[in-house]
Amino acid sequence: MTYIAKPKFRHPDLEPNTRGFTRRDYEGKVSTLCAGCGHDSISAAIIQAVYELDLEPHRIAKLSGIGCSSKTPDYFLGLSHGFNSVHGRMPSVLTGANLANRDLIYLGVSGDGDSASIGFGQFAHSIRRAVNMVYIVENNGVYGLTKGQFSATSDKGSKSKRGVVNHDAPIDLVTLALDLGATYVARSFSGDKHQLVPLIKGAILHHGAAFIDCLSPCVAFNNHEGSTKAYDYIRNHNEAVNRLDVIEPRETIEIDHAPGTLEIVTQHDGSKLRLRKIHPEYDPSDRLDALAYLAERQSKGEIVTGLLYVDPGAQDLHDYQNTVAAPLNTLSDSQLVPGSSALEKINASLR
Amino acid sequence: MTDARINDFVVKFANVNGSGSASANGLFVKSILRMGVPVSARNIFPSNIQGLPTWYEVRVSEAGWLGRRGGVDLMVAMNPQTWAQDVKSIEPNQYLFYDTTKTLPPSAFREDIRIIGAPLTEICNKTYSDPRQRQLFKNIMYVGALAQILGIPTEIAEQLISEEFASKPKLIDANVNAFHLGRSWAEQNLAPLDFRLARADKVGDRIFVEGNSAAALGAVYGGATVCAWYPITPSTSLAEAFEKYCKKFRTDPDTKQNRFAIVQGEDEIASIGIVVGAGWNGARAFTCTSGPGVSLMQEFIGLSYFAEIPAVIFDVQRGGPSTGMPTRTQQSDILAAAYASHGDTKHPLLLPCDPGECFEFGALAFDLADRLQTMIFVMLDLDMGMNEWLTPPFKWDDAKKLDRGKVMTAAELEAGREFGRYLDVDGDGIPYRTLPGEHPTKGAYFTRGTSRDEYARYTEEGAAYMRNMQRLLKKFETAKSLIPKPIRRDAKRRTPYGVIYYGSTAPAMDEALAALEAQGRHIDALRIRGFPFEDSIADFIREHDPVFVVEQNRDAQLRKLLVNECEVHPARLVPVLHYEGAPITARFIVQEIAERMRAQEKLPHSEHAK
Ligand SMILES: Cc1ncc(C[n+]2csc(CCOP(=O)(O)OP(=O)(O)O)c2C)c(N)n1
Ligand code: SF4
Ligand SMILES: [Mg+2]
Repeated sequence: MTYIAKPKFRHPDLEPNTRGFTRRDYEGKVSTLCAGCGHDSISAAIIQAVYELDLEPHRIAKLSGIGCSSKTPDYFLGLSHGFNSVHGRMPSVLTGANLANRDLIYLGVSGDGDSASIGFGQFAHSIRRAVNMVYIVENNGVYGLTKGQFSATSDKGSKSKRGVVNHDAPIDLVTLALDLGATYVARSFSGDKHQLVPLIKGAILHHGAAFIDCLSPCVAFNNHEGSTKAYDYIRNHNEAVNRLDVIEPRETIEIDHAPGTLEIVTQHDGSKLRLRKIHPEYDPSDRLDALAYLAERQSKGEIVTGLLYVDPGAQDLHDYQNTVAAPLNTLSDSQLVPGSSALEKINASLR
Repeated sequence: MTDARINDFVVKFANVNGSGSASANGLFVKSILRMGVPVSARNIFPSNIQGLPTWYEVRVSEAGWLGRRGGVDLMVAMNPQTWAQDVKSIEPNQYLFYDTTKTLPPSAFREDIRIIGAPLTEICNKTYSDPRQRQLFKNIMYVGALAQILGIPTEIAEQLISEEFASKPKLIDANVNAFHLGRSWAEQNLAPLDFRLARADKVGDRIFVEGNSAAALGAVYGGATVCAWYPITPSTSLAEAFEKYCKKFRTDPDTKQNRFAIVQGEDEIASIGIVVGAGWNGARAFTCTSGPGVSLMQEFIGLSYFAEIPAVIFDVQRGGPSTGMPTRTQQSDILAAAYASHGDTKHPLLLPCDPGECFEFGALAFDLADRLQTMIFVMLDLDMGMNEWLTPPFKWDDAKKLDRGKVMTAAELEAGREFGRYLDVDGDGIPYRTLPGEHPTKGAYFTRGTSRDEYARYTEEGAAYMRNMQRLLKKFETAKSLIPKPIRRDAKRRTPYGVIYYGSTAPAMDEALAALEAQGRHIDALRIRGFPFEDSIADFIREHDPVFVVEQNRDAQLRKLLVNECEVHPARLVPVLHYEGAPITARFIVQEIAERMRAQEKLPHSEHAK
């Protein structure tokens, strides 16, 4: 249901996918973010990824915290339920939603303020609980919505628009996600749609906690000289370790690369992640190596992007909770209520 | 010896925490219940785990008074550390029972009490070699001695021991032997007391259970599937009981998989966030906590109110503020719960008075949350939550269906039914909601804590905001008809006096009203069972002057809520407040109310009758 009518214009994207949805059907309301904001490009990448995966929009639930980034779920997937919740608390709300209905796809959108400051604890705990979700942080190094204060992901030495230098050590969410046991970890850049769209697709198909740190410049408050989260700076320091293609279970793979530079990872659902290696020594199946590699490259000022880690056989919170296959929100009265004769037995045991 | 007092006395056990006394004391109490004699028993424990004092106060009352009486008729002093204060607390001319193995100087006792004892350690050391056995069986041994001097039939104690250890038969004989060691020593050496037990038929079909356990069972019957919680006394045992009952009743018989999920959150904010997320997605979810946890949950409580998301909080109240008296009881979160969060908010409260109502309201809370699409608080307290109370048996009507509230289905959407998430179509202030995943193209909406219109479209237009806020008030008005009605009990004579009370004050109040009546003081009583207050509560206040409001907090919180919500003159409502941490007693209520009534009677008539 789209309440704000958008100007209709012919576009090749009006081609329906196998579910009969056009790209337009996955759009949301008109964005109210600043023109050029990185977050809008991420919304576009999400739309593209869901469209390409032929997902029915109502099978996806979008959840977010508070911030410019957290507003974006209103601007994509207008046919999906969304929940713009509380600052820093998207992870807990998503966890609860996921427990209620394990059959939907949970897309959590957050900001660097939302996840690395006020919601640092919830970020960590949702990942260590292995909630089956796609958790995207739209990372601009500032609090956009409250007008440009440094966030906890700002690099040491980075300069604010007003010339103030940040002295606090930065929090690297990718390193933490790896450490906390996320089973799909990627970093990307809002300005690199070709890299980002397949990373989102792979994360959606992943069973387990998938985390994407997506650099996303704030044109209003953090796109100046001296900022390490500005478009130019990221373009100049971006070091992709690999390029990903996501192949759905029903598609066949064509091997078109020389052995040694291509790696194929098969996920739970049969989908395949085809990784074209740019840095041949980088192995995304080894968590400790990934951590070491990141630390080394980051110390050289490189922004390492790509699929950094994946465990294709991961388990999720429901596996650990041993919950029934049917979503908990569909259980009937008779499956839930033990009834009066059971109660009589309890009464008898309490006399 | 003149006539012994039958079935009317208080025994207090002073023990060392962790010494295994709980099961022995439980045996004592259950034996009395099996004799058909009503008992109330309360644990009194400090907020430490090991090696520290705990007390177990047992009131035997054939008249059926289940509140704390106050005072001690028989002190079983098993903890040397608290000896002095334990001896001091005995009523004049009543009894001290102690372990006579070690001789104590006369200065350790009181002239005006009667001293009895048994060489428990000595007998134990003679009989057992294992130190742990010595400790455990010493406890059973004093129960045997008490059984002898108070008149607990041996077969009842033996029966209870065999039930308790049904799964470990070896322990049955060992415990029965220890019981008899104590019993026969007492038979040969101790005289009967001024009071004793006699079989009666006053327990009926009542059960003996903790409020937390009852509320957890209520949550199972209420269809709760998601529980997220963070440990805090005195609410922890509610989550633990929920898990226990779920394992019993909610495991799929074929797959052995769970029809529930329990998450121990990283804090109370995460716990309530999980609950709100699950409620948004159509599962019945709750958290259990105490005052400090409710403080942390404030922002989400406001979100639940404004975005209209079903959720349930069991608040097992303890002594506040801050860490306050974490292992003592109070009713001091009433205002914090009723008006929780920022902005204009208020929330329905359920106020159970015993474990029976903890079960009933524990289940009802989930129907109300779904029906009203808002946060429901169930307000327990440490006294009823963590102590076993004698309570009417749990009841369930198998014809009852869970009320899932107004949820629009895919079929209705498909049929073209109009959906506006915040549209009041029925005039009761309650809109329809849809659940995520319901329909491929219809009924999706964006939930937010930000202002929006009837169709969930973001707006900061003043008129739309006010329409929504007014509708929320209308919904709160609708809640009045769904909240359990107050229970009124009029005095035998017409009287201008009224008393209002709620929650765990009820048993003490029952006794106090009878005692006041015996003094010729007649008072109409109203027990409030929930908030918002239905109109009969204001009527009751208007019909009486003064109305005593008895509660267990310093600031007269329910009275403030009544003044605020019923718009009655504060002068009509006279606070009677007990907040020292121990449960309120009938003695206290009688004294406070009688004193105020005497003062009132001295006033010139004109002033009294207004
Ligand atoms: C409890 C609370 N504190 C403060 C705020 C104000 N606030 C709104 S958004 C925000 C920061 C958002 O930063 P980030 O998550 O990085 O999002 P961005 O706007 O940069 O995308 C703050 C502090 C709030 N909404 N709630
Ligand atoms: S303030 Fe920054 S983050 Fe917010 S919309 Fe504008 S550019 Fe984007
Ligand atoms: Mg930011």
